[in-house]
Amino acid sequence: MEIKKTSLNKLHQSNNAKFVEFAGYEMPIQYSKGIIEEHKFTRSHSGIFDVSHMGQLFIYGDQSLTKELEEIFPLDLKNLKQNCSKYSFLMNEDAGIYDDLIITKIEEGYLIILNAACKDKDFEILSNLLGSKFKMNLDNNRSLIAIQGPKSVEILNSIINGVDKLNFMTGNWFDSDNQKLFVTRSGYTGEDGFEISISNDKAEKFVENLIEKGAQLIGLGARDTLRLEAGLCLYGHELDINKTPVEANLRWAISKSRLSNGGFIGSKKIMNQMQDGASQIRVGIKPEGRLIAREKTKIFDDTDTQIGEITSGTFGPSVNGPIAMGYVDKKFSKVDTKILLEVRGKKHPANICALPFYKKNYVKGVN
Amino acid sequence: MSEVKFSKEHEWITLEGDVATVGITKHATEMLGDIVFAELPEKGSNVEKDGTAGVVESTKAASDVYTPVSGEVVDTNQAIVDDPSKINEDPEGSAWFFKLKMKDQSEMDSLMNKEEYDKFAKESAS
Repeated sequence: MEIKKTSLNKLHQSNNAKFVEFAGYEMPIQYSKGIIEEHKFTRSHSGIFDVSHMGQLFIYGDQSLTKELEEIFPLDLKNLKQNCSKYSFLMNEDAGIYDDLIITKIEEGYLIILNAACKDKDFEILSNLLGSKFKMNLDNNRSLIAIQGPKSVEILNSIINGVDKLNFMTGNWFDSDNQKLFVTRSGYTGEDGFEISISNDKAEKFVENLIEKGAQLIGLGARDTLRLEAGLCLYGHELDINKTPVEANLRWAISKSRLSNGGFIGSKKIMNQMQDGASQIRVGIKPEGRLIAREKTKIFDDTDTQIGEITSGTFGPSVNGPIAMGYVDKKFSKVDTKILLEVRGKKHPANICALPFYKKNYVKGVN
Repeated sequence: MSEVKFSKEHEWITLEGDVATVGITKHATEMLGDIVFAELPEKGSNVEKDGTAGVVESTKAASDVYTPVSGEVVDTNQAIVDDPSKINEDPEGSAWFFKLKMKDQSEMDSLMNKEEYDKFAKESAS
């Protein structure tokens, strides 16, 4: 299969991107300054991320669509206000996660942002569940640009006036340069920021404009270190079809009002696990010293019994040390529990620690 | 000091008397990206030509460091363990990895000179 390119591919090239294949797309892993510089620039200033490989699924409909989506997602969509976003999951009957996603209620229906590697399968699953009652469009004509970091609001507002009035996890349509952009205040870095849905033919000029105002392109490498410091899950690592939202320690994302009556796919398993607890749970892990424990590193207790596995591990540039996330048996999941990580045949001490590793600065109550 | 020689695993080596100094090349650091962890062989241990003699990790991945010649490890560079970013800053100078007391100096003969290595690195990168 031919590798796909986003509409910013040429711009990445002219900014000396190093490319990798990610979910069938040629994506920039880093630019000339490198992952650590890019990471720190995002935390202190403003980073631009091309996330056009992600799926933008528009589903058009009214209350009847809301009712049907409530049978799929563990959310109180009836009471979700227009232009408000929620983090959620597409699950199977066993509450195994097909994908994690952000769903926003818009005037015409819903906009769902899906992971690149999952989007086609998600579309198939949702098409089968919803039948042909509602118009669905996995829109390939739009790019998705994220801008993240403390200076992002000022920079973006100078191009799209009014985005500074958005609260975190809300969005709206804006007019800019004779076209309609959908902007949400959200992100995947632990910083304040925005995601902008923009037609492909306007994306390059828009990003050049952001760069002119002082923002810089950031690759997937720093996106990974930023999200890991923020304690956020990455599908295919922390989340997959064999993990449930309760095991992933994401029960906060399940609407309380939906837990009493269930009625969504996977609700039985979720309600059971909420009551009895899950045997394994996602935790934050800090290795002692500078050792990095990568994905698949085995976790042991002090009696040499394996108690879990790392799902993501790297060096956290803002934490200035190694960080990881993984799953452990529930009795070892308390903060400050001592564990051992097997790296290159030797066991190294580490500690369970609270997430996030890096404190967030989300904006609430702007209006 | 002898001419700097290079291995296909992107290590450089110089010889002074019977003691060789080994590090990783600038080209290797550019391929790896920001280095955030370094592990070195133990002083007093013996390492075999082309065997592993350390690890470097970048933000992206872990890579083994090989030794281009055999010998006894007589010194290691603790400064790069304490601050691995030094490896990116001065890979072919102050950020050497370890020193070996060589047994068989003819092992140097099969290694590449600067010109040969530059050509090799250019070809292997493309």
